[in-house]
Amino acid sequence: MSFISNLIGGLSLGSIYALIALGYTMVYGIAKMLNFAHGDIIMVGAFTIFTAASSLGGNPFVAILCGLVTCVILGVLTEKIAYKPLRGSSPLAVLITAIGVSYFLQSVALLIFGSTQRPFPKLFSLSPIRIGKDLVIKGESIVTLGVTLVIMAGIMLLINKTKIGKAMLAVSEDKGAAQLMGVNVNRTISITFAIGSALAAVAGLFYGLTYNFIGPYTGSMPGIKAFVAAVFGGIGSIPGAMIGGILLGVIENLSKGYISTELSDGIVFAVLILVLLIKPTGLLGKKIAEKV
Amino acid sequence: MEKTQEQTPMLKVENLGISFGGLQAVDSFNIEVQKGQLYGLIGPNGAGKTTVFNLLTGVYKPTTGRILLDGEDLTGRSTTYIGRHGIARTFQNIRLFKNMSVLDNVKVGFEHQYPYTVAEGLLRLPRYYRQEKKMVEHGMELLEVFGLQDEASYLAANLPYGQQRKLEICRALATRPKLLLLDEPAAGMNPNETAELMDTILFVREHFQMTILLIEHDMHLVSGICEQLTVLNFGTVLAQGETARVLKNPDVITAYLGE
Repeated sequence: MSFISNLIGGLSLGSIYALIALGYTMVYGIAKMLNFAHGDIIMVGAFTIFTAASSLGGNPFVAILCGLVTCVILGVLTEKIAYKPLRGSSPLAVLITAIGVSYFLQSVALLIFGSTQRPFPKLFSLSPIRIGKDLVIKGESIVTLGVTLVIMAGIMLLINKTKIGKAMLAVSEDKGAAQLMGVNVNRTISITFAIGSALAAVAGLFYGLTYNFIGPYTGSMPGIKAFVAAVFGGIGSIPGAMIGGILLGVIENLSKGYISTELSDGIVFAVLILVLLIKPTGLLGKKIAEKV
Repeated sequence: MEKTQEQTPMLKVENLGISFGGLQAVDSFNIEVQKGQLYGLIGPNGAGKTTVFNLLTGVYKPTTGRILLDGEDLTGRSTTYIGRHGIARTFQNIRLFKNMSVLDNVKVGFEHQYPYTVAEGLLRLPRYYRQEKKMVEHGMELLEVFGLQDEASYLAANLPYGQQRKLEICRALATRPKLLLLDEPAAGMNPNETAELMDTILFVREHFQMTILLIEHDMHLVSGICEQLTVLNFGTVLAQGETARVLKNPDVITAYLGE
């Protein structure tokens, strides 16, 4: 029975990775940049929810809304201030800027909240589900998994069935041609960042609910792992991010359960290396055709 | 009202110039294209023809001069604005959205014509369905004009070359342009395909009452369908006027064939 509970724990952890990986992959696919500050948006989201819940009377929905709004504004502003001026310059410059933004956000959080871990508020009291005698599933796990699946479906619909989705795909393929067709590239990229950051806020919420403590560096490890998940699934691919994230979570949790807690991260990265050796574009990654 | 509109040229470019660093790529370029005209822009390689297209569509900002489209000053406007307000183009090396369906390529051109918000799209409110339905209908109509309706769901990359060229014209027309720019539409075509292309261009002018400015190296196409020509050489206008006369101009012959 412990296998099933480990598996479900892994699915729920994987859902958090998947939410973050989605943000990575969308921004990479559409704006063609690796936003290494993405993980720290999760931390900002978690701290905003933490602050709002303790100061605004503790209504969980108000707190979550505050987290969402703050992250969306932060994501869009970061893009406008830090990344947009570098559009068209070397990808390395953008990457270094993103790392700079990441450290900036961590330092600001360190300044405001200090380095001690803060207890994340119990926003909901979810009772665990008991199946049979020994199988207990945490309520948070089910909620995390369910919400993530709904969000994924929403994003797939948004991209494949709506006008802004078409604009995103067009910008991702050929910014110049899209612009000539009247597509507003700046707006499209802003919306992409807004969606990615909103997902990061949701991930921050679930991270807090799962691990109960948050600190200024909360976002960095999940951020890196989610990046791994996005590469694992094929960066730029939305279903790839989802599958990559969930697989990563399951592998990590099963390694913790059966092999060793200390080694679990090592195993996760070893699996990534193996997958990339066999399929360099990731599980669902498309081969990029060379222009002739 | 009708009268004055007919007197305004569709495109009027005055003294247009741009320099990249020290290089004057285009200098004091003037052109006047009347409504419904089929106008050719020719010149040796590197003469600045594509640069002129990039200036007209706001990809480059001119250092001097003005661009007037149907009386509206478009100088310094963004590419997106120009794309929405009357100038559409195709590319020398086809630049379709290859991983999107044929119909979706056309729908991208409708971007600003069927407005609904992101929220309406996410929540599937009634306006979303209304506008999407209209876009599909309009898109299929356009595809039918070019005989592409049966390929609507194909990926653009999977169309044969000639149909990709047609789809690019179709996508450009989706933005409801006043002026259509074609950048070497006959590039890479055999004589049969070129002949078909000439019919397509003439048809587009008739059917959409379109004003067309095209860059072309294929003299058969140029002399066959263009009414007026401008010849560019080293970024400046070498000759301008009726096609037959311009092609007999000794300066033009020298520029093309050398001394």
